[in-house]
Amino acid sequence: MSQGVVQGGTGQSMDRADRPADPGAESESLATAGGSSGEPLLVVDGLTVRFPTHDGLVQAVTDLSYTVEQGKTLGIVGESGSGKSVSSMAVMGLHDPTSTRLSGSIRLAGQEIVGLSERRLQKIRGKEAAMIFQDPLSSLHPFFTIGAQLAEAYRVHHDVSKSKAKAKAVEMLDRVGIPQARNRVDDYPHQFSGGMRQRVMIAMALINDPKLLIADEPTTALDVTVQAQILDLLQELQRDFNSAIVLITHDLGVVAEVADDVLVMYGGRMVEYGPCKEILTHPEMPYTWGLLSSVPDVSSDPDTRLIPIKGNPPSLLNPPTGCPFHPRCAFKDKVPGDLCRTQLPELTPASTGGEHVKRCHLANPDTIYLEEIVAQGAALPQAVATAEANE
Amino acid sequence: MLAYIIKRVLSGLVVIILVSMSIFALFWFGPRSPAAPLCQQDLNIRCTAAALQRYEERMGFNDNAPHQYWLFVKGVFVGRDMKVGAGTYHCGAPCFGIDYRTKKPVGEEFKEKFPATLSLAIGGAALYFLIGVTVGTLAARKRGTMSDRALVTGTLVMSSIPYYLVCILAYIYFIIVWNLFPQTGYHKITENPWLWFSGLILPWLVLGLYQSTAYTRFSRGSMVETLSEDYIRTARAKGLTARQVVFKHGLRASIVPVVTIFGLDFAFLLAGTVFTEKIFQIEGIGKWGLDATYQRNLPVVSAVVLLGAVVIIASNIIVDIVYSVIDPRVRLT
Repeated sequence: MSQGVVQGGTGQSMDRADRPADPGAESESLATAGGSSGEPLLVVDGLTVRFPTHDGLVQAVTDLSYTVEQGKTLGIVGESGSGKSVSSMAVMGLHDPTSTRLSGSIRLAGQEIVGLSERRLQKIRGKEAAMIFQDPLSSLHPFFTIGAQLAEAYRVHHDVSKSKAKAKAVEMLDRVGIPQARNRVDDYPHQFSGGMRQRVMIAMALINDPKLLIADEPTTALDVTVQAQILDLLQELQRDFNSAIVLITHDLGVVAEVADDVLVMYGGRMVEYGPCKEILTHPEMPYTWGLLSSVPDVSSDPDTRLIPIKGNPPSLLNPPTGCPFHPRCAFKDKVPGDLCRTQLPELTPASTGGEHVKRCHLANPDTIYLEEIVAQGAALPQAVATAEANE
Repeated sequence: MLAYIIKRVLSGLVVIILVSMSIFALFWFGPRSPAAPLCQQDLNIRCTAAALQRYEERMGFNDNAPHQYWLFVKGVFVGRDMKVGAGTYHCGAPCFGIDYRTKKPVGEEFKEKFPATLSLAIGGAALYFLIGVTVGTLAARKRGTMSDRALVTGTLVMSSIPYYLVCILAYIYFIIVWNLFPQTGYHKITENPWLWFSGLILPWLVLGLYQSTAYTRFSRGSMVETLSEDYIRTARAKGLTARQVVFKHGLRASIVPVVTIFGLDFAFLLAGTVFTEKIFQIEGIGKWGLDATYQRNLPVVSAVVLLGAVVIIASNIIVDIVYSVIDPRVRLT
C-alpha cells in the first residue's frame, strides 16, 4: 500500500484499509488528517488545460484555482463545455498526455499531480482519488459481473486473494444499500436498475477508501426520486468515510442539497465561488443569476415561465474578449467605459465578504438594480429578465 | 438456450431442404440435359440425340421430378444403386450421387477431400485472426501516430491487390524462383505430420497474411470505438495500467463483432478456398468443385454447393451461440 503521499497528519499512522469496518469510530480522528502543514486535501492552483486541434487551441480550462478540505463537498456548476468535467479529469490525471497541455498545479494530500508519470498516477487513481460518472450503465463494463469489477478495483491497490476481494465487494455492495448483495454480486450490470447501478459505481469508487471522490453528474441520468436517494447515500458515506467530494453538476438543486461550497464555471473560467448558501441566495455574477432563474421552483406560481439564459456557450477556440459572459449578459451596457467587452474582470471579493468571490465588473448588482427588483416584486434572478425586457 | 438451438437447427434444416430442391432443379432441369456431359464423355462425337435419349432413360431423368427428388432424398439416408452411363454403381448412405468421372460415390470423395480444406482453413483462419486482432489492437492503442497511419495505408494497399495474384506471385517466387518453401500440397497428417505441415505452410501464410489485413482494420476500428466507451474511462479511473485497460477491458468488448465476422468467413473457407487450393494444388473441396465445374461433373458440383449451404447455416447458428456466451446481455430466445 502506498501511503507515502500523505506527509504527516495525526491520522496517517492508521491503516486506512481497516476503516470501513468501523467507520464511525475513526472518522473524527481522521478529520485532522489532511496534507502537510494544514494544507487542504485538494489544492488546485492556476490550472490551465488546452487541447491543440486542427482548428486551433481549445482553451478548455483557464487559470482555475480552488481548494477542498477533507470531509467537505465542493459543487462545480456550469453548462456543457464550461470546463467543469475537464478540470476534474485533470485531477485524476485522466487526460491523454499526447493531446493535452496541462499547466498549473494540482496537489492532492500534498502530492503534485500535474506532470506525474503515468505509473505514479495509476497508484493514485482509485486509491487516493476515485471517480463516479454520469451514466452508470455505460460506465460499467457490460461483459463483466459486478463482483468481478469491484474485486478488480480492490485488487489493483491491495495484494489480496480473489476470494477476499470478492468478500470485500459484497461488503461494499451491502454498504451502499444493494439488497441481498451476496446473491447479486455475480450479476451483470444490465440486470440492475439505474439507481442500483449508480450505487454499484459508488461502491466501486469507495472500495479503496479514497480521500477524494469526484462525482461527475452522478444523478443526471437518474429519475428524481432515485436522485435524492443517491445524494443521501453520498452524504451518508461521506460522513462515514470522511472523504472530500467534488460534485460536478449543472443542477443547482443538487448543489443546494449537498454542497458546502459552490464554484461556478463559465467558458473555462471560475466566475463565482463561495459558500453554498451565499451563492444561492446572494449571487453577484449575472451568469449565476441566470442559472438560478432557470431552475423551476415548486413554491412559485405554476404559470411562471422559466427564464433561459439567451445565447450560446462561448467558443473555446476563440473566446470573447473581455468578460467571457458579456455576449449573453443583460448588464454589459450598465458598466461604464465598455469594460465588459474589453477587459477580463478579476476575481474580486463579493459584497457579502468572506470567501465569496466573483468575476464581474458590476460593482454591486444587488444595490444597483434594487429598484427594478422591488418594482417587479420578483425574486432576485428575475431582475435579469427585467433588464433584458427593458433593452 | 437448448430450445433456441433446437429451433434454429430445425429452421436450418428447412433451409437446407429448400436449397437442395433448388440445386436439384438447377442441374436436373437446366437448359441442357444432365445426361449430356456423361454421354459426351463416354461416346464423344458419337453422342447423338438417340444416344442421349438412351442415357436419359437409363439414368431416370425421364421420371417425374418429385419421384426423382424422392429417390435422391432416400439415397441420402439409406443409399441406393445408381445407373451411371453404361454401368450400375452402389452408392452407400449418405448418397449424394456418383461422380461422372471417377464413378465413385460423391460422399466418399468428399470424405477424402474435406480434411485438406479443413487443414487449410483452420491454419489460415487462426493466422489471420491472431495477426489481425493483435495488430489491429496495437494500432488502435497508437491511433493517430505515424506507425498507425502507415499500417492502415499498408493494409489498404495490400488488400486492394487481387488475392489470386498474391497466390500466383507467392507460388512463383517463394517456391519456383527463390526455393524458400517446399512444394505445396496436401498430405494426411496421420501419415506424415511433417509433410502435412510443410505442404501447407505457404498457403497458410499467404491466406493468413492476406486476410489479416481486413481483420486488422476491422479490429482496429472496433477497438478505437471501444476505447472511447465510458467503461474504459472507468477502468482507467480504477488505476489499471494502460495494458490492462486495452487487453482486458477493451479486447473483451472489441472482439465481439470480430468474432461474428470470423465465424461467417470461416464457413466460406470450409466451403472451399478455390484460389488457394487451385493455385497451391491442394486437393480440397474448392479445387474439387472448380475442376468439376470445368468438366461439367454435375453430381460433384451440386454436392459442393449443398455443402456450402450446410456449412454456412451451421456456422450462423454457432456464431449466435458463441455470441451469447461472450455477451451476457444477449439472451437467445
